[in-house]
Amino acid sequence: MLDAPLTETDAQASLRRSEADNPSSLVMRFGTDAPLTLDAGPAIAPWQIAYQTYGELNADRSNAILICHALTGDQHVASTNPVTGKPGWWTLMVGPGRPIDTNRFFVICSNVLGGCLGTTGPASTNPDTGRPYGLDLPVVTIADMVRAQAMLVTGLGIDQLFAVVGGSMGGMQALQWAASYPERVFSVVAIATSYRHSSQNIAFHEVGRQAVMADPDWCGGRYLEEGRNPKKGLAVARMAAHITYMSDRSLHQKFGRNLQDRDALAFGFDADFQIESYLRHQGMTFVDRFDANSYLYVTRATDYFDLGADHGGVLANVFKGTKTRFCVLSFTSDWLYPTSESRAVVHALNAAGAPVSFVEIESDRGHDSFLLDIPEQFRIVRGFLTGAARARGIAGPAAEEAQ
Amino acid sequence: MTDLADLASDVRVDLRLIAGLIEPGSRVLDIGCGDGALLELLERTRGVDARGIEISQEGVNAAVSRGLSVIQGDADSDLVQYPDQSFDYVVLSHTIQATRNARRVLDEMLRIGRRVVVSLPNFGHLDVRFRLMFLGRMPVSKRLPYSWYDTPNIHFCTIRDFVELARDVGAKVDQAIVLDGTGKRLPFSLPWIVWNLLGAQAVFLLSREDR
Repeated sequence: MLDAPLTETDAQASLRRSEADNPSSLVMRFGTDAPLTLDAGPAIAPWQIAYQTYGELNADRSNAILICHALTGDQHVASTNPVTGKPGWWTLMVGPGRPIDTNRFFVICSNVLGGCLGTTGPASTNPDTGRPYGLDLPVVTIADMVRAQAMLVTGLGIDQLFAVVGGSMGGMQALQWAASYPERVFSVVAIATSYRHSSQNIAFHEVGRQAVMADPDWCGGRYLEEGRNPKKGLAVARMAAHITYMSDRSLHQKFGRNLQDRDALAFGFDADFQIESYLRHQGMTFVDRFDANSYLYVTRATDYFDLGADHGGVLANVFKGTKTRFCVLSFTSDWLYPTSESRAVVHALNAAGAPVSFVEIESDRGHDSFLLDIPEQFRIVRGFLTGAARARGIAGPAAEEAQ
Repeated sequence: MTDLADLASDVRVDLRLIAGLIEPGSRVLDIGCGDGALLELLERTRGVDARGIEISQEGVNAAVSRGLSVIQGDADSDLVQYPDQSFDYVVLSHTIQATRNARRVLDEMLRIGRRVVVSLPNFGHLDVRFRLMFLGRMPVSKRLPYSWYDTPNIHFCTIRDFVELARDVGAKVDQAIVLDGTGKRLPFSLPWIVWNLLGAQAVFLLSREDR
């Protein structure tokens, strides 16, 4: 089934490989004098973090917003992705005049640790061997990702971020920032996320990882050296995951039982239904831009995420005494990270006395809603950041100040 | 900080009254905060640390868009999450009649807040009595705009009823302000029975007696 169109262009493949070590974005490199300690135990050095920035840092360095990307996102939040040539993944949210207004804020977005677009990950060259890390890279966690980001932020000369904003796995990082560096985060926006991965979340990720590792082209994780790519496994992993990003209702509205390029059932195992064709397309385009081992690492990081675990399982203790302001958003049809999990975060924040805003937004479009054009979401994020910026004393953009 | 007296008169009179009861710089939780009008007023004129709970999505969205710390939640079920005495004031403004268990809500408010502010429409008001007595209909007016079958207001009470409830839950009435139908304050010296008849709405400042 997945055979025919799996013709990754050589250009795109080599582009992706070169982005892993030498990203076309900005990159901050840390030598052996600045190792990154990992929850798994060992530290890595040298290591690097790839990032993009938008807008200008103000004189007192108070207007920086860090955007944390989701599972397979990247640092190109509002700029063209060098591998796919597609526009940034959150241009509805970030840009001049957008809710995260780059005329007002200095926006930083970095590729996560374990990613494949320029931050150290399994596709990066292991300095000890000169070969790609593969599975020799220690397993990374959300807290590790945040620790790496903190070193980047320090390197940029910023003591305190005005906001850390993220959806899904990005939201986990935002919450982790508030837990790890409460003094360094003035406000947090956590969208469509959770404080820990549920059993069901882990289950879906395990299906994806098993699909990757069952592909003979995975070669025990050494496919880059073998000149192979476990595309089929990774495509299946993406297909399974993609279902969890949408709601039953949105799938039904979009595809129903409609047939793909045919008038009748073909009585075979080709893609009869539009939904099958759609999922295959999602799988195939994904393998062109993403590294299979990276997929193992980032899914593992989210599975390991359990914010309350280090605090005796009491989430409120994580946020004890925090001065950070929080904005938590969930979507009615998100069954991957349902509203009940956002509510648990909100309850914990209330118990800790933290200032928190929380809205469940009506949307049929499932978990992916946070990436889509949902005006309510933009209105709330804009309002929250505007209020927080007022409290932080950040000057508005010229137009707003004139009002 | 804007002075309360400088405010344009378009701010609802009961909200201005409540604001007048709140010490500047205190921590305030507004239960059933709607679009956040009171919280914004309190932030602006009293410099308070303002938080809100609101059940309707439109209300929460409007409040959060104003930059207020407001969560979507239900007074009947979501107050348990707040620690004892975590606020200086807990406010219930024109909301008690919409709660399922008004007694428990009031009890929770007295646990969470050092002081409690409750404002309510008085169902014992002359106008209400008139409508019931002479028209034989449940009252529908500008202040009580809902028909009996689609109203969120399931637990109406009179000023005297509320005073009794306050006593039952062990609360002391530190201050009571009663407004007539035109929003004017009724004189302090009038007896309860007159307040209950002429008062269109009332604002109470309560605290637990044993503290």
